Amino acid sequence: MLKQYIAEKLKQKDILLMTHIVLGYPNMEASIQLIDIMVEAGVDLMELQIPFSEPIADGPIILKANQKALENNVTVKECLEKAAEMTVKHSIPFLYMSYFNILYKYGLQAFIEKMSADNIQGAIVPDLPPEEGTDYIQWMKENKRAPIFIYSPNTSNERMRVLSSHGDGFIYCVARKGVTGKKTQFSSEIDDYLKRCRNTTSLPLALGFGVKEKSDIDFLKGKADIAVVGSETIKIMNEKGFNAVADFISNLSA
Amino acid sequence: MTKKGYFGEFGGAFLPEILVATFEELEREFTAIKSDTEFWNLYQSLMSNYSCRPTPLTYAENLTQHLGGARIFIKREDLNHTGAHKLNNVMGQGLMVKRMGKGRVIAETGAGQHGVATATMAAKFGFKCTIYMGETDVIRQRPNVFWMNRLGAEVVPVTDGTRILKDAINEAFRDWVSNMDDTHYVLGTACGPHPFPEMVTFFQSIIGKEARKQVLDQTGKLPDRIFACVGGGSNAMGIFSGFLEDPVELIGVEAGGKGLSTHHHASRLCSDDASLGVAQGYKTFFLQNDEGQMNETHSIAAGLDYVGVSPVLSHLRECKRVRFSAATDEEVIEVMKLTMQKEGIIPALESAHAFVQAFKEAPQMSQDQIIIINQSGRGDKDIFTIADAFQDPDWNQFIINKAEQYHA
Ligand SMILES: Cc1ncc(COP(=O)(O)O)c(C=O)c1O
Repeated sequence: MLKQYIAEKLKQKDILLMTHIVLGYPNMEASIQLIDIMVEAGVDLMELQIPFSEPIADGPIILKANQKALENNVTVKECLEKAAEMTVKHSIPFLYMSYFNILYKYGLQAFIEKMSADNIQGAIVPDLPPEEGTDYIQWMKENKRAPIFIYSPNTSNERMRVLSSHGDGFIYCVARKGVTGKKTQFSSEIDDYLKRCRNTTSLPLALGFGVKEKSDIDFLKGKADIAVVGSETIKIMNEKGFNAVADFISNLSA
Repeated sequence: MTKKGYFGEFGGAFLPEILVATFEELEREFTAIKSDTEFWNLYQSLMSNYSCRPTPLTYAENLTQHLGGARIFIKREDLNHTGAHKLNNVMGQGLMVKRMGKGRVIAETGAGQHGVATATMAAKFGFKCTIYMGETDVIRQRPNVFWMNRLGAEVVPVTDGTRILKDAINEAFRDWVSNMDDTHYVLGTACGPHPFPEMVTFFQSIIGKEARKQVLDQTGKLPDRIFACVGGGSNAMGIFSGFLEDPVELIGVEAGGKGLSTHHHASRLCSDDASLGVAQGYKTFFLQNDEGQMNETHSIAAGLDYVGVSPVLSHLRECKRVRFSAATDEEVIEVMKLTMQKEGIIPALESAHAFVQAFKEAPQMSQDQIIIINQSGRGDKDIFTIADAFQDPDWNQFIINKAEQYHA
């Protein structure tokens, strides 16, 4: 189970590292290679984004990656096949990140059963609040998969508790307003926010949006349990190639 | 935990967490105003002073004679300020923005009509304004971009995705998730997450309220059929909502593009290419592939060129309260010619879709029957697109000469 894995890992490290990639970007083969590189470089968990044509919560870098993957004719079916291979090959937990329509069109129950069969441990579906996700939550729980819900700085304490009661694995705390890929100020404001998050849940906390460098992760030590790096690795891959990604991740997870 | 904003199985609010609080605020505000007759009176007087409400219901005598069947009436949203029904929704939301104390509005636009209406409202109320518009639409509707700029709005061309209306909506949401504290997103049609479908319908219902009274005053009876074009569904819901409880047949007309069999169209409710899905925050019929990726759509009318459709209309189709058909690009051009020549009225390309279906059915009806066509907007502002569609050689020459002047 995801929660136990995180607890075990946290006995060895102060903070875990989760990275985010878009399956099929820049092409399927390269995205798989990227997973190998990241695992090798020491990431603790990975989010695999299944591309969608309307990624409403993503900023320019991930948005373009979604588009490019779809231009390459990457299919959902192919993404699931490759992800299944990854869970056999690597021992870290993998999660899906996608928008609800992808799950819905696949058949929600079938999708979740497939996750279970393929050993994908959980899912982040940013456009599925628990109000709309009753079936999703139930089937995820029945299949022992973790539905990961999101906190944001303008989520009330009361709502945080509701989200926590439906979630499993960990809570994904969005660091600030806005979309992925923009800069975040790591300041006392984030401190206060994370304290507020901590008070509303017993689940581990992941913090994402704008985490770019080692100092950001150091800042988060003792405050969050998982640091999430998304757009930055994609940017480094675009600009400097795979080797640079390996160095970047090794440095972050050191 | 309760689901909100459902019409049958359609609608809902599939929101990223960051926007949940903003939508709660919006819903509170809408709940407060919708039962407040004073607010409606304020809205109505604003629309009659600042715009031309009530817009006329015109008896199209020549077309009626020409087609030789039902008596044809046209509801003239083209005479609303800024030339389309869009302003009804925009001014209503503008009044709400004032109540919420926000200072900036953003909007998506396809044809540019909603963008111009929003820029107009922002100028009048003193709001900052940013309009997102797909790059393809920026090119085909350049004159509207000019007006938005002159009205003080910033127009951001959207170069992602298919570069049309749906992509502009995505981009507007991306702005909103960053700037919700001071910004309201003026969604332009009866789509999107709750409360937008209901709220936009509420403001557009002014069309149906007026039309019902006017047709009774002029003819002493209710119409037999009402025709409206359907992009996102706001003008259709606007007029239909005045007659939902009446024994009146309601017909929505979608963009048939190059023909339904070519798949180059934007028909969600009367083609087999659409299926149930969830995108842009709501559940409805979308033109999408088997895996849930949205398809490219096509219409001669930018305002109808959209992958989704109002959840309210999806529901009304399921309960068989509204019937749907499609009009092709070619049929639209023919009907525009006829309407201009017979009545001296220039419908917008979007609106002309409703005329197409009405003209097919009117001759089969009897002379004591009545139909109303909702003319959602005026076409003269689309001169570049319409002139292209008409392939008018003199106009082309004029543009060539004009271009030479600029080169000189
Ligand atoms: C004149 C006109 N009619 C119709 C539409 C379609 O929108 P709706 O279906 O929301 O009325 C538009 C959209 O831009 C428009 O400009």
